[in-house]
Amino acid sequence: MSEKKTQKEITDEEMKKFMGFVESMKKSIGIPMVPDMKTGVALWIDQRELNLRFVLGVERLKQFFNGLIEGKILGTKCTKCGEIYFPPQVDCPKCKDSKVEWIELSREGTLLTFTQINVKPYSFSHYNDYIVGIGRLPEGVNITAWVRESDPKKLKVGMKVKLEVVKRMPENYYVYEWIPVE
Amino acid sequence: MREVAIVGVGHSKFGVRNDVYMPELAWEAIKEALKDSGLEQKDIEYFIVSNTGGWSSEFLPAVVVGEYAGLTPKGTVRVEAACASGSAAVKLAYDMVASGHVDIAMAVGIEKMNESPTPTVVEFIGRAGNFFWEFENFGLTFPGYYALYATAYMSKYNATEEDLCKVAVKNHYYGARNPKAQFQKEITVEKCMSSRYIAWPLKLYDCSPITDGSTAVILASEDKAKELTDSPVWIAGIGSASGTSNLSKRTTFTSLEAAVVATENAYKNAGIDHDNPLKYIDVAEVHDCFTIAEVMAYEDLNFAKRGEGIEWVREEQTYIGGKIPINLSGGLKAKGHPIGATGEGMIAELTNQLLNRVEKDRQAPIKNGYALAHNIGGTGHYAYVTILSLSKPRR
Repeated sequence: MSEKKTQKEITDEEMKKFMGFVESMKKSIGIPMVPDMKTGVALWIDQRELNLRFVLGVERLKQFFNGLIEGKILGTKCTKCGEIYFPPQVDCPKCKDSKVEWIELSREGTLLTFTQINVKPYSFSHYNDYIVGIGRLPEGVNITAWVRESDPKKLKVGMKVKLEVVKRMPENYYVYEWIPVE
Repeated sequence: MREVAIVGVGHSKFGVRNDVYMPELAWEAIKEALKDSGLEQKDIEYFIVSNTGGWSSEFLPAVVVGEYAGLTPKGTVRVEAACASGSAAVKLAYDMVASGHVDIAMAVGIEKMNESPTPTVVEFIGRAGNFFWEFENFGLTFPGYYALYATAYMSKYNATEEDLCKVAVKNHYYGARNPKAQFQKEITVEKCMSSRYIAWPLKLYDCSPITDGSTAVILASEDKAKELTDSPVWIAGIGSASGTSNLSKRTTFTSLEAAVVATENAYKNAGIDHDNPLKYIDVAEVHDCFTIAEVMAYEDLNFAKRGEGIEWVREEQTYIGGKIPINLSGGLKAKGHPIGATGEGMIAELTNQLLNRVEKDRQAPIKNGYALAHNIGGTGHYAYVTILSLSKPRR
């Protein structure tokens, strides 16, 4: 399996080949215009590339990330109405100006549903097919995360799962994951 | 509030439309709608452009389309409600006419998805949920979100992958009879079952394609409509609702809660009995971005009882001759799904169905004169249900 190309390698190779074709056409006619592979209609190939990488403000969620570093998974709880939030949010829209406190969530839950992502977004195309599940904690909050299993047929709706803090590789950062409990 | 009627519709050929630039594609639908209504650009007082974009080059599509189609300097805005953008545009146009702000407004849907390579489009649609808590760390894709619903539905109601494939077979059957559809070929359950997984348990043939297309709907006040046409199609009622961005915040994965709320609102506005909608509605277009979505739609619209949707599929109840014909256009599945143009496309199709103007072998028998469009944005993030009627609504 290790010599099998990742989806990213396949996409990158195809794109490189296509851009090579564009460059040769441009050299010959002086315009970045190529025939569509299937229909032959003329296509202009954008000469300006746009790369997007967003910057998100997480100052008020710092405790969540500090928790992950310590191996904890935190949610928030409104000190007035007791509502528990995951994803954590620092404002309770029900009580408007109440305070929330950070609480450590329990780890064992029930798998509500799951899927395996076979065709991946480009930025996830270097991974093998991964399973994403939504699990429910006894506190009544649901958490979306990867499930540590490679065969979706081995999972069942309603089975017990456990949350663990893990390092996501190769990016090398802390994230949480569901582990099936058998 | 004034009554509002559809006086013209337009619909481009859907598909990979690399043969045209975005405004040229929009013009195909606008031209058709203008001709259908007998109106000129000067008569359109306001135009709303639905487009989701990201994958396409034009950042301000409304003005690009307006300039090319000769609609400048009329007022305009671009609206986004993901895959329900088109129905949102029709609702806003409806509100403007009903309120008396304008007499004639046009909703134009345009999407040019093939301006980006597929992996980029997959990346963009994967962000159509909650960016940080679903996409950034877990790489969900759009088929993935609906696959979460498929897994839960299949587990609860013992539905199989073969059952879901039967939805695709039906929609390809009717797509094969629609010259404007992206896919005009019938498929078999075997072909669907042998296609590769996109997001388990959904396979290639469970998924709607990446599509370019344009659509247009012109709405007019009662007085104007009566001047323009002998066969106005009335907007009987619209219902809309929203769902949480995080799927983890949903309370069920076998139904789209937003669709249920939008349905209740639409039936109430149109005076349709929620307990017996089939007594009124002759034909429907439902949001089959994935096969599972069509099955849930039968139940969310209260056409079928909970868990009965999949039985309807097995019994072929949504072909012509069944309990209610659904997606006779081929649906998103076979007609194609140009995100921002899908909503007006459904309404254009149903207008033609009610007026007996579609190809004979996919024309629904019109008895009661009501048609329904169920248009979902994202994975139940936005929901719009629009009900059309041949007779003027009695309020």
